[in-house]
Amino acid sequence: MSRLLKHRELLLVAIIVALVAAFAYRAPGFASPESLANIFNDTSILIILALGQMAVVLTRSIDLSVAANLSFTGMAIAMINAAFPEIPLAILIAAALGIGAMLGAINGLLVWKVNIPPIVVTLGTLTIYRGMAFVLSGGTWVNQNQMTPDFLNAPRLPVLGLPLLSWTAILVVVVMVVLFTRTVFGRALYASGGNPTAALYAGIDVGRTRFFAFVLSGALAGLCGYLWVSRYAVAYVDIAVGFELDTVAACVIGGISTLGGIGTIAGAVLGSLFLGVIKNALPVIDISPFWQMAISGLVIIIAVTFNARQERRKGRMILRDAAKSRARPSELAEGAAA
Amino acid sequence: MTALVVDTPPPRRIPDRLSTPFRRLLGSWEVLLLAVTIAIFIANSLASPHFLDPWNLSDATYNFTEKAMIAFAMTLLIISGEIDLSVAAIIALASTAMGAAAQAGFGTPALVSVGLGVGLLCGAFNGLLVARVGLPSIVVTIGTMSLFRGIAQIVLGDQAYGGYPASFAWFGQGYMSDFPWWPALPVFEVITFEMVAFVCVALVFGILLHQTAFGRRVYAIGNNVFAAQFSGIPVERTKFVLFLLTGLMSGFAAVCLTSRLGSTRHTIAAGWELEVVTMAVLGGVSILGGSGTIPGVVLAAIVMGLVTFGLGLLNVPGIVMSIFIGLLLILVIALPIVFHRIRSRAAA
Amino acid sequence: MTLPMPAAEPFAGNDVPIMEMRGISKAFPGVKALDDVEISLHAGSVTALIGENGAGKSTLVKILTGIYQPDSGEIVIDGRPVQFGSAEAAIRGGITAIHQETVLFDELSVAENIFLGHVPRTRFGLVNWKAMNARAAALLHSIDAPISPYTRLKDLSIAQRHLVAIARALSVEARVVIMDEPTAALSHKEVEDLFRIIERLKGQGKAILFISHKFEEVYGVADRFAVFRDGRSIGSGLLAQTSQDQIVRMMVGRSVEHAFPKVDVAIGSTVLKVSGYSHPTEFDDISFELRRGEIFGIYGLVGAGRSEFCQALFGVTRPSAGTVELEGRRIDVRSPSDAVAAGIVYVPEERGRHGAVLQMPIFQNISMPSLSRTTRAGFLRQAEEFAMARRYAERLDLRAAALSVPVGNLSGGNQQKVVIGKWLATKPKVIILDEPTKGIDIGSKAAVHAFMSELAGEGLSVIMVSSELPEILGMSDRVLVMREGRMAGTWNRADLDAETLVRAATGNA
Ligand SMILES: Nc1ncnc2c1ncn2[C@@H]1O[C@H](COP(=O)(O)OP(=O)(O)O)[C@@H](O)[C@H]1O
Ligand SMILES: [Mg+2]
Repeated sequence: MSRLLKHRELLLVAIIVALVAAFAYRAPGFASPESLANIFNDTSILIILALGQMAVVLTRSIDLSVAANLSFTGMAIAMINAAFPEIPLAILIAAALGIGAMLGAINGLLVWKVNIPPIVVTLGTLTIYRGMAFVLSGGTWVNQNQMTPDFLNAPRLPVLGLPLLSWTAILVVVVMVVLFTRTVFGRALYASGGNPTAALYAGIDVGRTRFFAFVLSGALAGLCGYLWVSRYAVAYVDIAVGFELDTVAACVIGGISTLGGIGTIAGAVLGSLFLGVIKNALPVIDISPFWQMAISGLVIIIAVTFNARQERRKGRMILRDAAKSRARPSELAEGAAA
Repeated sequence: MTALVVDTPPPRRIPDRLSTPFRRLLGSWEVLLLAVTIAIFIANSLASPHFLDPWNLSDATYNFTEKAMIAFAMTLLIISGEIDLSVAAIIALASTAMGAAAQAGFGTPALVSVGLGVGLLCGAFNGLLVARVGLPSIVVTIGTMSLFRGIAQIVLGDQAYGGYPASFAWFGQGYMSDFPWWPALPVFEVITFEMVAFVCVALVFGILLHQTAFGRRVYAIGNNVFAAQFSGIPVERTKFVLFLLTGLMSGFAAVCLTSRLGSTRHTIAAGWELEVVTMAVLGGVSILGGSGTIPGVVLAAIVMGLVTFGLGLLNVPGIVMSIFIGLLLILVIALPIVFHRIRSRAAA
Repeated sequence: MTLPMPAAEPFAGNDVPIMEMRGISKAFPGVKALDDVEISLHAGSVTALIGENGAGKSTLVKILTGIYQPDSGEIVIDGRPVQFGSAEAAIRGGITAIHQETVLFDELSVAENIFLGHVPRTRFGLVNWKAMNARAAALLHSIDAPISPYTRLKDLSIAQRHLVAIARALSVEARVVIMDEPTAALSHKEVEDLFRIIERLKGQGKAILFISHKFEEVYGVADRFAVFRDGRSIGSGLLAQTSQDQIVRMMVGRSVEHAFPKVDVAIGSTVLKVSGYSHPTEFDDISFELRRGEIFGIYGLVGAGRSEFCQALFGVTRPSAGTVELEGRRIDVRSPSDAVAAGIVYVPEERGRHGAVLQMPIFQNISMPSLSRTTRAGFLRQAEEFAMARRYAERLDLRAAALSVPVGNLSGGNQQKVVIGKWLATKPKVIILDEPTKGIDIGSKAAVHAFMSELAGEGLSVIMVSSELPEILGMSDRVLVMREGRMAGTWNRADLDAETLVRAATGNA
C-alpha cells in the first residue's frame, strides 16, 4: 500500500478503475468499450492541453492563457475556413499551431526577457487573447453551415475503431514522451524547474527553457483551438471559458509539482482521464453537470495537499546519513539500486 | 602587516534619514499616478460633454468602489507574498447565500451578516490551507475559486435569486442624503454609500498597513519570510488574518454588488479577481511581495474607474475594455523594467 | 605576455602556467568581493587557494566557471585571453569545478546529475540513456563510489552527493579542475579518498585549484599556493619554500595569538539546561548546561547538525524528545516568538536569508522583534524606533550613512551588527551565534569577538557555533563537539587543543 501511495501513477490508475467500476454498478454500460472509448475521445483535448501546461509547470511557471489562446486561435481558423473554403485543412492546422505558438511566445518573452511573474503575464494575456477573439469576430458566431465538411469531419474520422481526435491525443502523448525524456530540451525542463541555480551551473539557460515551454503550451493550445471548433462545430468568443483551470487541475492531480521539476507524462494523462471520467459519469448517475466545477475545485485542493505532503523538505537527514555511512559499501550500492 | 586595532573612537552619530520625506515623495509612484489621474480627468472632460455631470461622475464610482474594497485587503495579502484568486468566487458564494437567506425571508441585517460571514468563512478556509498547511496560495486559490463558484453553481443552476428586501437596496444604490441623521447638504445627494464605504475602508487599511506593528510585520514577511520568522514574527497567524480580511472584504463587496444588482446569478462578478489584482499592481504593489502602499492603490482604483467610465462613454464594449485592463496590468509592470534596462544600457 | 618564470624552484608541475587570471575585480551591492586579484595554474600541479571565509575564493571560482562575469580583468589560457559567458562556455574551455554548495538536482537520477548540460546523444540527437548510465557507472567506479547511476539524488547522503559532484566534475574532458572547499563536510577517510583522486588527476597532467583554509590539507596535497584576504591577492608561491606561519600571517594579516580578545569573566550559575534533546532526522541526544557569563562553543564539520540543533533550540523546528530548562524552569519553545519571549535569541549563519530583511531599513530591522516596546496599542511610534536603533547602532559601532538605509546596502560585518543589535534590543538571557564571523572582514570580526566578550562580561550566556578552529579555541570557555548529529564530547577551556577537537569532529580514531 505504501508503495502504491509512492507511485502516484499506480494510485491514480487504481482510483480511476475503482471509479469506473462504481459508476458501472449504478449504470451498466458505463464500462463498455464504446463508452470508455467515448470518454477517452471526450478527454482528448484536455489531455493535449494538460501536456502543454505540464511543460510550463515543470519550469515553475503557470499558463492561465491556454483557454483564451484556444478560443482566439479557434475563432481565427474557423473564420479563415469560412472565408476561404479552398484552403486545405493541413495548412489550416499548421496555421493553428503557428498562431498558438505565437501567442505562447508572447507569454514566454514577457516571462523570459522582461522578467514578469508568469501568473501575472498569463492572467493579463488571458483577458487580452479572449478580447482579441471578440475584436476579430465582432462578437458573431461561426456556425456549422459556414465551415467546410473537411474541416468539420476530420477529428471524427474513424481509424482502427477510434476517431482521429483520439489518435491525435495519442500522437501528442507519444511525441511528448520522446520530447520530455529523450531530448535535451525535455531534461532542461525538469532541471530548470527542479533547481534553477544548479541548472545555471550546468550551463542551462533557465529563461530560454521557460520561453520554449510557453511556446509549446501555446502551440498545443492552438491545435486544440482547431480541434475544439471542429468537434463542437461552432466558434464563438466564450468557448472553453475556464478550461485553463481544468488543465491545471489535471496536472496537480497527476502529481506535477507546482514548485517545478517533478512530474510524469503518465501522471498528467491520468489526471486528465480522472477529470474526464467524472465529467462523463455525472449525467449517467443523475447528478447535474453544475456539480462539475465544485468537484474540480475540491479535487485540486485535495491533490495539492497530497502533493505537498510528498514534497515536504525533509531537512538534511543527518542521522539517516550517519547510519548509512556506517553500513557496508556493498549493501549501500544494492540498497540504492533497489 | 598592520596590527590589530581595537581602539574605541567616540561613537559616531548616524543620522535618521538622508533625504527629507518631501524629496522622497516627489519621485514616487503615487505622485506619478496622481498626475495620470489628473490627465485622464482633463482628457475625459474634453472628450465628452457628459463627463463632468455630477450624477454621471457619481455613477462612475461604481466602476471601482466595490473592487477597490477588495483590492485594499488584497494589497496587504500581496505585500505579504501571497495572493487570493478566489475573491470573485467568494462574492458569488456570499451572494448566493444571501439570496437563499432572502428567499427564506430574512431581513436586511441578517442578509448582511450572512454575506460577511460567508466571506469570512471562505477567507478562513483559504487561510487555513495556505498559512497552516503551507500550500502555495496560487494553486490553492485557483482550487477554491472553482470550489466556491462551483457551490454557487450547484445551488443556483441557471436560475437567479431575487426578491431582496427594499431596505437592502440601500448599500448598492443609496445616497448619503437618504440617511435621516446625516447633515442635509446638497453634495450628499450625489455621494453614495459606497463612496463613503470606499473612503472608510481605504483609511482603515491605510492605517493598518502604514501605522501599526501588524503592517510592519506584513512588509517583513513579504520581503523575507525566513528572516521574519527568525525574528519571532508569527508568520502563520499574520497570513491567516490577511486571508480572513480578504474574505471579509469580498463578503462586503458581495453585499454592495448584490444590493446594487438586486439579483444573484452564478456568473456574478466573473473575472473580478483579475481586475482586483490589476488594481493593486497598478497601485505600485510588487507582485513578488514586500512593497506597495494604500494611497497608491486608491489612486489606481480611481484611474481604472475613470478609464472604464471614459471608454463606456465612447460606447466601447466590456470585453474590449478588459483588453485594456489586461494590457494595463502587463505594461505597468513591464515598462519600468524596460525603461530601467534601456537607461542602464545607455549609461554603460 | 609575461615571460616564463626562471626555473629555479623545485619541480612542481610545469612552470609555464596553462591558465592565468589577471586583475580580476567583482563587486556585489555593499561588498567588493574581488579587487584586482590574480592567480595562475600549472599543468600537473595543485595550487591551493587559501583565505578566510568571505575572502572571495568562491567568487573567483564562479567567475572561472562562467557563472559570474567579472567587472574587469582577464582570463588567459595558453597565452590567449578568453571569455566565459556561460557555464557551458567554461566547460568547453576545459574548466570543470566542484562547487562549494553541492548544486545538483534532487529529483533526477545520479547519471543525469553527472551529465546534465553535456549528455551523450544518439545519432538522432536524442538523449542516449544507455551510454549515459554506463559512463556514469564507470566514472563512479573510477572514484570508488558505490553508488548506482539509477538512484535518485534525493535518496543519497550528503557525503554521497559529494561523490556525485566529483564524478560530475570529472565527466568532462577538462584541463583545469577546481575544488571549492571539498573537504568541509567529509570525514577523515573520505578526505583521504579525495586526495588519492587528486594525485591521479595530477598524474594526468591536469591543473588543479584546491580551495581550503585548513593547513594540514593544504600542505598534504598542494604544491603551490595563493592567498586572498578581503578580496585581494596577498601572496603566492611554492609551498615547499613557505612556512605555515608565513601563510597564516598573509591570511589574517596578524598573528593568531593576538586575535581573540577573550576576557576571563566570573562564570555564574546555570542559566540553560538542555537534556536529551533529539530530532527525528537531524540530531540525537544532546545535553549540556550553560552558565552565566559563559561562552560555549559548538564545533564540528559542516553538516554535523549544529545549526539544526540550534534552530530547534530557537523553536524553528520541533524536537522529538528532550527538555530545556531556563533558570531552573521547564520551558516549551514552539516557535521563535516563544524563544524570544523566554530570552533565547539566535543569530543565524545565513545572514541574508535568515538574519536580516535586507530590503528594509536598519531601524526597522532592529525594532522588528521589539515592536511591542516601540508601539502604543499596536500603533508605530517612529521616534521610539529610531531611538532604539540609535542606541544599539552606536553601541556596536555600526558604520552606515543613515538609520533609514536598507540593511542590504551595508557590508557583511555591519549587517551582522544589525542582526546582533536587533537581538540585544530584546534584552536576552542566552544568545546563540551561528558562525558569527563567516564572510565578514577582519575589522568587523575583531569587533564581533570583542563584543562577544563584553556581553559575556555583562552576564549574558553565549552559545557560539563555529567551524573555525582558531575562533573556537580563542573564544570558548567550554566546547561541545558534534559529529553526524550526535555529541562527540565536551571539553573545558583548560583541556582544549586543536588535535583533540579535530579528531572528535572527524571521527578519526
Ligand atoms: N551573490 C552575492 N551577492 C552579494 N554578495 C556576495 C555574493 N556572493 C558572495 N558575496 C560576498 O562576497 C564576499 C566573498 O564571498 P565568497 O567568494 O563566497 O568568499 P569565500 O568563498 O572566500 O568564503 C563575501 O563578503 C560575500 O558575502
Ligand atoms: Mg567559499
